[in-house]
Amino acid sequence: MSPRHLFHTARPGDNLLIRGAHLLDPRADLDEPHDLLIRNGLIAELGEPGGLPAPDEIEVIDAGGKHVFPGFVDPHVHLRTPGQEYKEDLDTGTASAAAGGFCAVVGMPNTTPTLDTAAVLGSLIERAQREARIPVGFLAAITRGLHGEELTEMAELRDLGALGFTDDGKPVVSAGMLRKALQYQRLAGGVIALHEEDPALSMDGVMHEGAVSARLGLAGIPSLSESTMIARDGALALYEDARVHFQHLSAVESVQALAAAKAAGARVSGEASPHHLTLTDDMVRTLDSRFKMNPPLRSEPDRRALVEGLRSGVIDCVATDHAPHAVHEKEVPFEQAPMGTTGLETAFPALYTELVLPGELELTTVVERMTAGAALYDLPTPRLAVGERANLCLVDLEATWEVGEDGYVSRSGNSAFHGRSLRGRVLLTLAAGAVAHRRPMLVRDAARSGAGAGRSGEE
Amino acid sequence: MSGMGPSRIRHLISIDDLDRSGIERVLDRAESFAEVSGREIKKVPALRGRTIVNLFYEASTRTSSSFELAAKRLSADVVNIRSAGSSVDKGESLKDTVQTLSAYDPAAIVIRSPHAGAAQLVAGWTDAAVVNAGDGKHEHPTQALLDVFTLRRRFGSLDRLNVWIVGDVSHSRVARSNILAFTRMGAEVTVCGPPTLLPRQIEALGCAATPTLERIHEADVVYVLRMQHERMQQSFVPSLREYAANYQINHARLRPDQLVMHPGPVNRGVELSAATIDSEQALIGDQVKAGVAVRMAVLYELLVGSPVLSAVA
Repeated sequence: MSPRHLFHTARPGDNLLIRGAHLLDPRADLDEPHDLLIRNGLIAELGEPGGLPAPDEIEVIDAGGKHVFPGFVDPHVHLRTPGQEYKEDLDTGTASAAAGGFCAVVGMPNTTPTLDTAAVLGSLIERAQREARIPVGFLAAITRGLHGEELTEMAELRDLGALGFTDDGKPVVSAGMLRKALQYQRLAGGVIALHEEDPALSMDGVMHEGAVSARLGLAGIPSLSESTMIARDGALALYEDARVHFQHLSAVESVQALAAAKAAGARVSGEASPHHLTLTDDMVRTLDSRFKMNPPLRSEPDRRALVEGLRSGVIDCVATDHAPHAVHEKEVPFEQAPMGTTGLETAFPALYTELVLPGELELTTVVERMTAGAALYDLPTPRLAVGERANLCLVDLEATWEVGEDGYVSRSGNSAFHGRSLRGRVLLTLAAGAVAHRRPMLVRDAARSGAGAGRSGEE
Repeated sequence: MSGMGPSRIRHLISIDDLDRSGIERVLDRAESFAEVSGREIKKVPALRGRTIVNLFYEASTRTSSSFELAAKRLSADVVNIRSAGSSVDKGESLKDTVQTLSAYDPAAIVIRSPHAGAAQLVAGWTDAAVVNAGDGKHEHPTQALLDVFTLRRRFGSLDRLNVWIVGDVSHSRVARSNILAFTRMGAEVTVCGPPTLLPRQIEALGCAATPTLERIHEADVVYVLRMQHERMQQSFVPSLREYAANYQINHARLRPDQLVMHPGPVNRGVELSAATIDSEQALIGDQVKAGVAVRMAVLYELLVGSPVLSAVA
């Protein structure tokens, strides 16, 4: 992937023959079993199942009945570095991403200190080159300190490697401030991504405003605190001909506002998270702080509108908004808990279990939308094609597992899917040509197939 | 939430922990404890040798004092902890506080917190029975039980009783628990208040909602909520004067046979006129009196729970 804006520990490309897996790449019109040979990190050959000869000394993975997808790309994660490494760091965050089948992720700038200067970005890039297991891109802040008052040095940040800009976690409240950023984008380049929320409407809300908030006595966040800002900023994007991406849509009115902005010709895109696509505010009845996030889980009609928006393409991609928090921070009454759920390790299994298996979405649509984040940030899209660098994941769609049963790869366990039984498990991930994740059981399989995975006698 | 039905419940977190027969069982027992409160020696040995912790993270007069009296009249040892001056004040987390107190092996922890869900969290951290004495704007189940007790004494039954709950419904845990308890006992409930203080979709709790007192004549009972002064600063209502003009319950708006309740403390001359508070129509004193007997019954239900008839034997 683009070396200029993605950073990780460079490793030599791996060699691997994945035998007989069902290859699914919607963009390559590929949807059938194949052998797939990876040499020096590149996809070297595709062949009939069982048809490719195994070169000497190469590891062979018998993957009959399993699926290979292009590696997922997550345009919205919180890696908590610098400053909040007790929640997550670049090593654990990218390991968590690889465990979920991701081959690239985009980190948000609401760190401590805020990623709003070249100095912070420079040191973060150096750390990523030492610690990140898969390529990571960074969005820098739009405004200094995320305060919404002064622009960051967007051109310098962009030159140094920022993929784009966002004040994520907070909205750019002032339309005038945002307009200046959109104008300045013509010099600096980079996508401007927006967390949309009118604080005068969301106030001290902690969950979706509706029947459940009425029952629980929790302050509500009305859907229109998000949708009115999308409508406003869609109009600004059109007027300034700016490239704007709307983050974590949660409400039916937001999908409508995004569709209207697109129809008017604005260069806008949008994302939705697996938790908003599969869960509703009904979960909050438990008062479990794992279900507290911003934007909040909304109603069933909202959830259905997001799924339909993702199906039709009004919503361009899936983004996890992976937001780790320490146990002690979440183990408090709902109103006091910080907003956010982890999401990298459960993204695909949650969508497959809750949307594909019941027939709400096609598997090809889910795979397409989980890889579409790359193009939105002008990064190359992972493909299953000869000559491409190996960015892919091997998934067992038959495997059933309970979220959290073996702990988490992420440093934090605040998953909204904790305890759920999900279908579909990522067995192996290659990112930028190198193995970034593999399930331990797969090592055994490889050993049995005589591929020299180095296992000794015990069974 | 704990189970429903005739089996004993372990905690009282929400009115949803009790079905109608469960509520009736607690109130029947409260009747027998009310008799104890009429004796010269107001004490039974039911909880002798057992410890009850009252953990109050919010100011409270009647709830905390009636829980304390209830525990003492059941002969329990009582520990009262208030946030001011305790380790809570020094930043100790709720979890650490509860685990520390649990080391004393209390039979029950009574908790009042400014945050919804606190009692439920505590129940997960201790072996003690947990009683919710108010959690944020969520619930206040023992208040609802003593209000049902008071109405049942007056009317015999709540079936088809028309109850209006008037005032700041949004910020009221009493309103939420009472909507649930009154409707569960067969009453028809209407909530009324400024549109800025009626939660969207409150009807989902099983009540009607209206922004005016136009049909207040339909009510058998008017349950008045406390109007807090900070709501003015937050612009939920323009002024106390305008609030009183539109929502104050007074003799100009009431028939003599309509009864008035209030969870206290009252703002005289704001949500209720002074004359109404002091009139025969007000059941406020009965509510306070019911508090001790009902909380004795709740503690007994959770900690002893044998058939009602033997409760006072």
